[in-house]
Amino acid sequence: MEQIYGILQTLRPEFDFKSSENFVDDGYLDSFDVISLVAELESVFQIQIDAMDILPENFSNIDSILNLVCKNGGKI
Amino acid sequence: MKRTFVGKHISGILSILPKKESYFEEELLNYTFTPSQSMRLKKIMGYEKHRIVKPSTATSDLCIYGLNLLLDQGYITREEIAAVIVVTITPDHFMPHVSSIIQGECHLPKNVLCMDIMQGCCGFLIGLMQAYMILEGAGNKKVLVINADTLSKKVSKKDRNSYPLIGDAATITVVENDTSAEKIYYTMYMDGERRNALRIPAGGSRLPCSTETARMKEDAEGNIRSQDNLVMDGSSVFTFVQIDVPPMLKEILQDAEVSKDEIDWFIFHQPNQFMLQKLAQKIDVPQEKLFSNIVSLYGNPSGASIPLTVTHNLGERMKHEEFLCCLSAFGEGLSWGAVITKMGEMDFCETVVSDL
Repeated sequence: MEQIYGILQTLRPEFDFKSSENFVDDGYLDSFDVISLVAELESVFQIQIDAMDILPENFSNIDSILNLVCKNGGKI
Repeated sequence: MKRTFVGKHISGILSILPKKESYFEEELLNYTFTPSQSMRLKKIMGYEKHRIVKPSTATSDLCIYGLNLLLDQGYITREEIAAVIVVTITPDHFMPHVSSIIQGECHLPKNVLCMDIMQGCCGFLIGLMQAYMILEGAGNKKVLVINADTLSKKVSKKDRNSYPLIGDAATITVVENDTSAEKIYYTMYMDGERRNALRIPAGGSRLPCSTETARMKEDAEGNIRSQDNLVMDGSSVFTFVQIDVPPMLKEILQDAEVSKDEIDWFIFHQPNQFMLQKLAQKIDVPQEKLFSNIVSLYGNPSGASIPLTVTHNLGERMKHEEFLCCLSAFGEGLSWGAVITKMGEMDFCETVVSDL
């Protein structure tokens, strides 16, 4: 979990992701940040995220991102 | 819509690029995003550089430059031309048509059919279908499919979603009858209910351009554009491509009774590298068989994307070899389509750079 927070913090250092319940609704992640996050998750966890999973709801909070990584074969 | 065509052949493609290259890194300060945020996207999306016409250059200028080159070098004669089909979403004017401007400036005979089709990303496939139909009964005459756009004039320089991706270009594709040519498989889907995913709100009869439509405003993500500019809902377009394109490709491969392995090249419209990479994964096609370099080198040139991909990547080989190709385009409309056709043994297949 901390590893993913670390990635998020690198992407948008100006936000405190731990204080947000919805990263997308709160404006912490825009659609292009999501693309950057996908690339970073794929690189760090050595996975390929299915294009059909690249939906805002899968990046809205830390649990949804964790689920996404696990679903696509990532080991956390 | 599905169709098959017989006895048709692409005998040459010429791509015409403007000289000016604009680099993403030099444009970073135009955007409201932090440079590090934008730079992260450089590799992922393929933001590198793109070709931009001079402010004084109109869409027809690129076409006229290219056609005069073909006429001067003897690759085509005026008398051989049955029709000039221009596919563009950035015409010089509403009237006259770009095709009429080309006819006049290149002194083409009066019996040449000149028509413009307003179509974006699928413009090459739409133009190709029109050419195939016009060639029925046209004997040894040739049809020119000209895909040309100067989208740099319609995209805000402060729109990081779109500006780094677009590029100006024109391509001229010569299509002719050839009794020895193999059957061509063609499919095209459209969904006007999702039309607003890519649009230019002002400038037509719904909302003519005015000082109000020209006013620049910042969107929720931080891109600055006016209603005169192109606006793209990137998330919707991405999802559309991943959902609708794979089954369409599966269907046309089945119709043509060919396997993915039998296709030499998958030559697709190139919106951005990330979208293409995900599409390649989805359809399980090796990235070596699916070109994705045009958007980084020249920008996405709308309907000219597929022919420019051919001339850049396969130029010399297209003159001496023959390949089974799966062409596919997707975008504005929304529309998505594909063609399975043999390509090669062309008279010419080149990219030229103009001073336009």
